[in-house]
Order: sequence, then structure tokens, then C-alpha cells
Amino acid sequence: MHPALPFTIAALLFGIGVYGVVVRRNAVLMLMAVELMLNAVNLVFVTADAAIRAAVPHSGQSFTLFVIVLAAAEIGVGLALILQLYRLRRSVVIDELPLGEPDDR
Amino acid sequence: MTTADVLMAALGAVALGAGLLVVTTRHVVRAGLWLVVALGAIAGLYLVLTAELVAWVQVLVYVGAVVVLLLFAVMLTRAPIGASDDLDRVRWPGALIGGGAGAGLVVLLIDAFRWSRVALPEPGTAERLGAALFRTWVLPFELLSVLLLAALVGAIVVSRPDIGARGRG
Repeated sequence: MHPALPFTIAALLFGIGVYGVVVRRNAVLMLMAVELMLNAVNLVFVTADAAIRAAVPHSGQSFTLFVIVLAAAEIGVGLALILQLYRLRRSVVIDELPLGEPDDR
Repeated sequence: MTTADVLMAALGAVALGAGLLVVTTRHVVRAGLWLVVALGAIAGLYLVLTAELVAWVQVLVYVGAVVVLLLFAVMLTRAPIGASDDLDRVRWPGALIGGGAGAGLVVLLIDAFRWSRVALPEPGTAERLGAALFRTWVLPFELLSVLLLAALVGAIVVSRPDIGARGRG
């Protein structure tokens, strides 16, 4: 197994995620791009676990599990925020958000 | 090139292609469905890298729960069903930053590992990973349960208008 291969895949996937976060205007689509970035990091963890003989076995895979739990928590809170935003502004386009109190309150 | 290398290259191509479609497609719903393909291919990569438990957790949590939540959010925010042209802003700054980050990381990681070859480690079964989690990493594991509880309470407080309004008043 050549570790350069999955490392390259993970780096490119992270680049795609960064592109999505910068370019997408819809908040839900931006969260999807964040998921891609988190998955790239997980892939680096698992590959490093296989490529480097660490003193503590399987620590990379344990950290991958931790990151998956963190991503689940992040997506829960993030989607709650997006739904509340939609309820207040009727829009989830993030670069047209007026700051300050909404007019109807 | 061994069998593992060929499998990884194929699954990586699928993951990268689907990931690219997630950030470029003009249909909001299709972006969520391409995300399923990308996450599934990454679960396959975990299997090739002998991380069995992580692969199944990826399928359960990501493909099962996170994507369903994202699709729920797409429906609840009344996203346009057909193709829409205003999903992206100007593309070149994003392409510059994303391409720069990706290329920089590729150079860094390839420079660190070259075309070196390692034998695959013993598979990360549930037994071995459980031992690692509950012997070495038990404190972060417990902290994560507190974090999940906090995220649960936070999501409920944020999404219920009758609780949120009192804090604003």
C-alpha cells in the first residue's frame, strides 16, 4: 500500500471542500462542503494510522470516530440555526443577510 | 501497484468526482445525493485501509443520519427543485483558494511520504478499536458524550421560537 495515494485523495477532497465553502451561497450547500472537508481530515487520520506505526495502536481510527461524532453535533446545531434563519428571513442565501433585528418583530 | 492501490485509486476517483459534483451542481437536492456517493466511496476507502469499524460508522452516521438531516433542511427551507443559476457567487476566488489549499496539501503530503510502501496493519475491528477507545482515549470519549448532550440542548433551544424569544426580549 502506497500511503501517498490516499493522502493525495484527501488533500484534493479538502481543496474541493474549501472551494465549496467559498463559492456556495446557499447555507445548506455550504454545510455540505464543510462535510467534505471533515471527511478529508478523517481520511488523513485513517491513512496515517495505517502508514505510521504509532506507540498507541489505532489512535488515528479512534480520532476518526471522535471527528465523526463532532460532525454529527455540528450538523445538528448548524441545521437548527439555518432553520431559525429561514423562519426569520425567509431565505438562506448567506451573502444577502441584513444584519440587525428583522423588521417584522 | 497492488490490488489495494488499484482499489484506492478507483474509489478515490469516485469520491473526488462526486465531491466535485456536490460543489458544482445546479440542483440543490442532487448535491445532497452526490454527497451520499462521495461519503460511500470514502467508506470504501476506509475498508481498503483496514478500518472496518470506522467504515461502518461512516455509513451509519454520515450516509444514514447526516445526509438525511441535510435533505430535511433542503426541503424545510423550500429550496428550488429544478436547476437554479444563483447558487454560486463569482467562482475564481473560490477556485484560487480551494485549488491553492488542495495543491499545497498535496505537495506537503507527497513530499513527506514520497512513493514509500507500507504493509497494511492489522484490521481495526470493533474489538481492537473498543480496547483503544476505552483504555487510552476514555476521557475524550466521555467528554464527547457531554458535547453531544450540549449540542442536543442547543439545537432544541435554537429551533424552538417560544424559548428563543424570551432570551431576546
